[in-house]
Amino acid sequence: MSPAFGRGAMTNGVPDLRNTDCALIMGSNAAENHPVTMRGLNMARDKRGAKIISVDPRFTRTSAVADIYCPMRSGTDIAFLGGMVKYIIDNELYHKDYVVHYTNASFLIADGYDFKDGLFSGYDAANRKYDGGQWDYQYGEDGLPLKDPTLTHPRCVFQLMKKHYERYDIDTVSAITGSPKDKYLEVLKTFSATGAPNKTGTIMYAMGITQHTVGSQNVKAFTLVQLLLGNMGRPGGGINALRGENNVQGSTDMALLFHIIPGYITSPTNAPNHKDLLAYVKKETPGAAKLPVNSLAEFRQAVKAGFPNSGFKINTSKWVVSMLKAWWGDAATEENDFAYHYLPKRDAKKNYSHIAMFEAMHRGEIEGMFIFGGNPVVGGPNANKEQEAMCNLKWLVVVDLWLHESAEFWSYEAWHRPVDNDKVPKRTPKDIETEVFFLPAAAVYEKGGTAAQTGRVVQYRWQGADPLGEAMPDLWIIDQMAQRIKKLYEGSTKPQDEPILNLTWGPYTYEGEEEPHPELVGLELNGYTGKFEDWNPVLNFTKLADDGSTACGNWIYSGIMTTKSDGSLDYKAMWRDNSDPSELGIYPQWGWCWPLNRRIIYNRCSVQPDGTPWPGDEKRALFKWDPNNAEALAAGKPGLWVGYDVPDFNKNLAPTNEPTKAIPFLMRPEGVGCFFAAKASLGEGPFPEHYEPWESPVKNLLTPQQNNPIIKVWEPDKQSDMDKYPVAATTYRVVEHWQTGALTRNLPWLAELMPNMFIELSEELAKEKGIRNGDRVIVSNTRGDIEGIACVTKRFKPFNIGGKYVHQIGMTWHYGFKGYATGDPANRLTPHVGDGNTMIPEYKAWLCDIRRA
Amino acid sequence: MAKLIKLIDTSRCTACRGCQVACKNWNRNPAGKIERFKGNYQTRKDTNAVTYTIVKMDEYVDPVNGLQWLFRKHQCMHCEDPACMDVCPRQAYSKTDWGATIHDPDRCIGCQYCTYACPWHVPKYFKKEDIVTKCTLCADRVQAGLDKGSFKDYPLEGWPEGGTDGFPASGTPRELATYVPACVKTCPAGALAFGDRDKLMARAEARVAKLVEEGYRDANIYGRSEMGGLSVVYILSFKPEVYGLPADPKVPGQIAAWKNIIQPYFGWLIPLALGASALSFVTTRLLKKAEEISPEEGGNE
Repeated sequence: MSPAFGRGAMTNGVPDLRNTDCALIMGSNAAENHPVTMRGLNMARDKRGAKIISVDPRFTRTSAVADIYCPMRSGTDIAFLGGMVKYIIDNELYHKDYVVHYTNASFLIADGYDFKDGLFSGYDAANRKYDGGQWDYQYGEDGLPLKDPTLTHPRCVFQLMKKHYERYDIDTVSAITGSPKDKYLEVLKTFSATGAPNKTGTIMYAMGITQHTVGSQNVKAFTLVQLLLGNMGRPGGGINALRGENNVQGSTDMALLFHIIPGYITSPTNAPNHKDLLAYVKKETPGAAKLPVNSLAEFRQAVKAGFPNSGFKINTSKWVVSMLKAWWGDAATEENDFAYHYLPKRDAKKNYSHIAMFEAMHRGEIEGMFIFGGNPVVGGPNANKEQEAMCNLKWLVVVDLWLHESAEFWSYEAWHRPVDNDKVPKRTPKDIETEVFFLPAAAVYEKGGTAAQTGRVVQYRWQGADPLGEAMPDLWIIDQMAQRIKKLYEGSTKPQDEPILNLTWGPYTYEGEEEPHPELVGLELNGYTGKFEDWNPVLNFTKLADDGSTACGNWIYSGIMTTKSDGSLDYKAMWRDNSDPSELGIYPQWGWCWPLNRRIIYNRCSVQPDGTPWPGDEKRALFKWDPNNAEALAAGKPGLWVGYDVPDFNKNLAPTNEPTKAIPFLMRPEGVGCFFAAKASLGEGPFPEHYEPWESPVKNLLTPQQNNPIIKVWEPDKQSDMDKYPVAATTYRVVEHWQTGALTRNLPWLAELMPNMFIELSEELAKEKGIRNGDRVIVSNTRGDIEGIACVTKRFKPFNIGGKYVHQIGMTWHYGFKGYATGDPANRLTPHVGDGNTMIPEYKAWLCDIRRA
Repeated sequence: MAKLIKLIDTSRCTACRGCQVACKNWNRNPAGKIERFKGNYQTRKDTNAVTYTIVKMDEYVDPVNGLQWLFRKHQCMHCEDPACMDVCPRQAYSKTDWGATIHDPDRCIGCQYCTYACPWHVPKYFKKEDIVTKCTLCADRVQAGLDKGSFKDYPLEGWPEGGTDGFPASGTPRELATYVPACVKTCPAGALAFGDRDKLMARAEARVAKLVEEGYRDANIYGRSEMGGLSVVYILSFKPEVYGLPADPKVPGQIAAWKNIIQPYFGWLIPLALGASALSFVTTRLLKKAEEISPEEGGNE
């Protein structure tokens, strides 16, 4: 979503679902994995007559309560959505005013951009990547992109998009996806109706969209649909990424990923353009690369003066310097580049994502591993290989509630397989020399702390019970570790030890206590002036500076902390006021939502460019322009936007009817929503194009290019052949279990509900293979074999793919050999291949065969 | 006093089974024997001595609306005129004045007549304790609520447990929400509601009209008058039989005869009749549904 809107987060939040006229649930089984979302959708049904559409390879619990169910073969989302783009454009169902004013549809594209035979211009086949320089705008003399607000210029984004999706007609799409034509058409009609100015539609998605080799482009395809229909930034609209875990939003916010530092800023590499702080901020601030500045002071001046094509990220240097100050305090000074050289630099050419890490471990390049709340023996792709890789570790630390499968990867049970297969590694405890440490962790109810839920709302959760036995909160474990590591380095004079010696570390404890407190970490994230111990939180990130006068651990969380009148800290994550003056589900005083407590992002779009509500949609307008606001006038501003949410735009910028001048997407350099992802902001191309999954049961019907051209193929020999393994497969979760099941398979109440690993298949395939409901079955492919219990169901049907019948099966990936509910991990079969941009593994579409055990 | 009911909107249920777990949690029931997965998400065929409620899941192809996956929360129906109460020789069953059918384990002698008499076979024999158990409609919770205030206006509009209205309206008082049955309190989709019978019946009628309008022409309310009226009422999208519910639930003939004729007039025949009918029930049951009367083992977690 970031290349289209500027941020990659859920745009509207769960309470907003009540405002929708239509929900397209695709790549998500929301009723199963996000049950509470159904409450909002039911409200929308009652109050607005909303329709719910479920698109899924299998008839799910969500489909059971949806108004329309349309089947679709796994991995063909772009074909499905590309057809929708074509349908909307051909039938002129798009929201024209919105498209002209709030998107880059009118921008003209340079002549270098082209698309032929499944590839965009600038492809480098040897390195499997695109140059991307060809995918750029035509610029005027002022350095700004040229535009044609009539949208008729043959090189304008709108016309190029129309041309690109010309091939995606209903017959072709239906032949690729296997969706019955009448159902597909019903979906197109129903969802496209939200292009009317007084209607909004929401898209809800989850891992069924992202866990593909084209995952990022799948999401990008959503952005095309939603920008065309004018559904972004409006109540009841948006693209709602339903997060897979209650705090996965928080973990990415805090940069538990290799390619970013906190606040979604690219992490520094050893490349020359990151060699010092000046080079780094020039590279990472949009529009700054060619600025003629030679020092940080000059850069600061340039930022103050402003420069084109930068957007709000012009402030990047303030966020980076404040983070360095938070980490290294007095040791970070103007003279030493604010200790930028302390930051570890990753190898620019190397990938450090999950798959790459386990590949490196498999090669013996990694000595030790910490696992906090993870369980790769069950959850990692190609789990057989990952389990083998772990044998190369010298030490392993597992921090968890339970001795789960990964903590006991060395045991006899862990190496039991349903059939002998010489391609699958076999070990016994005596072959494994890894030293395993287990630290018992406190459960979520046994400690205080915050979680950032799917809609970016950070909520504090108070401790409900004391931890059992020796279990400790994660925060305590990390706090102790940091303090003890610092102690080990004490007295060292080596320059390479300085980052540890000079690292600031709270203190996160109150005087005389040993227990660290989450709210004190919250203070550091929020940012402060002066000394940490003085508790002077900054107001929010607009007050951050790049001269070293402020410290801030994570700029997007800035604004979460304030002080009460008595000087004590007021952590807004603890706010619990359920009043809602808007009656739109904004709940502004319940928890705190980044950024700046904005509940619906890009919310300038909730009203027309001239500041009035969209025709017929007065109730869902979030703001109005107040030209007589005394405070604003006194400050010399033309007026102020007032309303229910926090403006996600310049609150003093007067309404304008000039196209693309309202700056509704301020995190984009363009200031508008982007159909066209310029300059390789997405690796595969500016528009999403359909490619088959790495393992697909059919040839790509659209172009000769079978797979995403930029994916890294780690194991070419492990690609399952469609003749030998003709059955398409996918994995998913059930409501009764949680992720790798360590938490839920150990709870009898949940274990009894879903006691064993099961494989869902159609009645047709079952008949073909002689499998009866409840039989034990073996599923195999190049990576291994698993056993499960057959669940023969009417809810799976074979797909008609251009005249060829393709079977698809599905299975949960919750199971392992520990706990009350047990079974083989589905991930022993999933491939070691990931998305072209994010490297998220392709769990959702692969090949196999199935037989009776 | 006004009757209180639980309204179950099967068209909104997503079968998350939160109700099943919340029920065990409130009633402190163990998991019971963990059975093997049998090829259906439902896993357990029926309720048992330590499982007062389950969500039944059936795949059904409707001639008009196509493939359906029907979810129906199953538990005691709390009849106005309950057969279990009629046949119980020890008066272990009673009705609260607001509608719940309560079973007193201290009076129960484990004779199991009620398990045969119930048209839905709800009461289950608990071998370990030699008693019968079933759903209580959380009478303990509701009574505590009644002691604090009245459920007369329940469900309030905008009340979270009011079911279809979803989120609480701004500023709604929350206190009494605690006292609705545990299953109702936990339902995230808003498929369950608890409160005043007349109010909820009106809501059910509106919902059924809506379903008919949406193309479910057999949509109906189940529980309005069955067995004298039920305190658990369903909104069904299809005919009751499709969900495995008897369209016209009746007390089996022998039981009716026993309770209406023999018991009132021939008190001295009781020991004899008792023996005979017990024998007859056992044999018919054994022949018909052997697995259903095999006692469930509890407490295997």
